[in-house]
Amino acid sequence: MDNQLKRGLLDVCVLAAIRKEDSYGYKIIKDLKPYVELSESTLYTILKRLEAAKMLTVRTAEHDGRLRKYYHITGQGLGRIEEFKTEWKAVISIYQFVVKEDGNE
Amino acid sequence: MNKEEFLAELRSGLAGLPRDDIDERVSFYAEIIDDRIEEGLSEAEAVAGLGPVGEIVSQIIADTPFTKLVLEKVSSKRALRAWEIVLLVLGFPLWFPLLVAAGAVLLALYVVVWALIVTIFAVELAFLASVIGEFVAAVVALAKGSVLAAAAALGLALFCAGVSYFLFFGCIKAAKGLLKLTKKAALGMKARFIRNKENDR
Repeated sequence: MDNQLKRGLLDVCVLAAIRKEDSYGYKIIKDLKPYVELSESTLYTILKRLEAAKMLTVRTAEHDGRLRKYYHITGQGLGRIEEFKTEWKAVISIYQFVVKEDGNE
Repeated sequence: MNKEEFLAELRSGLAGLPRDDIDERVSFYAEIIDDRIEEGLSEAEAVAGLGPVGEIVSQIIADTPFTKLVLEKVSSKRALRAWEIVLLVLGFPLWFPLLVAAGAVLLALYVVVWALIVTIFAVELAFLASVIGEFVAAVVALAKGSVLAAAAALGLALFCAGVSYFLFFGCIKAAKGLLKLTKKAALGMKARFIRNKENDR
């Protein structure tokens, strides 16, 4: 898959993984596993990028006597998800057209 | 490998990066290892699941901009000593031209790579132009009545067309190969910076 496209998709995947409730590194990887295999270093890069773009915020909280970083989605992050949904509606209709035309041959 | 060993290796592998970056990376991996252990994995399994440290390190270095590595290398953690400053000032006529020369050499290498790519495409273009040229020559020769010359020109045109067709794929391959090579060279230079940094300590 095209790298640029893949990066954009993974960004939205991570945002979706923290949408309902704040989440942490390991849980994000685990939640995404059935859909996309994400390495730890890839996730780190994505989280950094999303933080820099103000799509999520980070807080450190204590868990079981150690520290854990929790990621919280911002309004901008939610906006990105909505944007993605409208963009991909168009992509899906193009896809269906391509598949249909291909099947007619 | 246990958690401590993994984190220590990661830390030493990243030695050329800014300290804050290293700390953040290391604590990120430490947290994930702890979470895996909490899930019921043994420490060794939790570490093994992350993959080889060497691979993680090279991916991180590849993701780090070159300027960041250089800046970290240049900005020394301790203040310069007086004699170092004196040497720096006195040595300016010497080290400044050397620095410029080194920069120029790097730039020249980069230009050479691109010049190669441009050359390959120029050759391809030349063949394409010959196709058109020979074809025109064939038409002209035919108009003048010399069938033999026209046939020869047409043959040459076809030959050039054939060569340029195959050369085109060669061009694309060569250009891609050269670009890959420059990327590899950049990665090698980055790795060198990291290694030098380790030796400094």
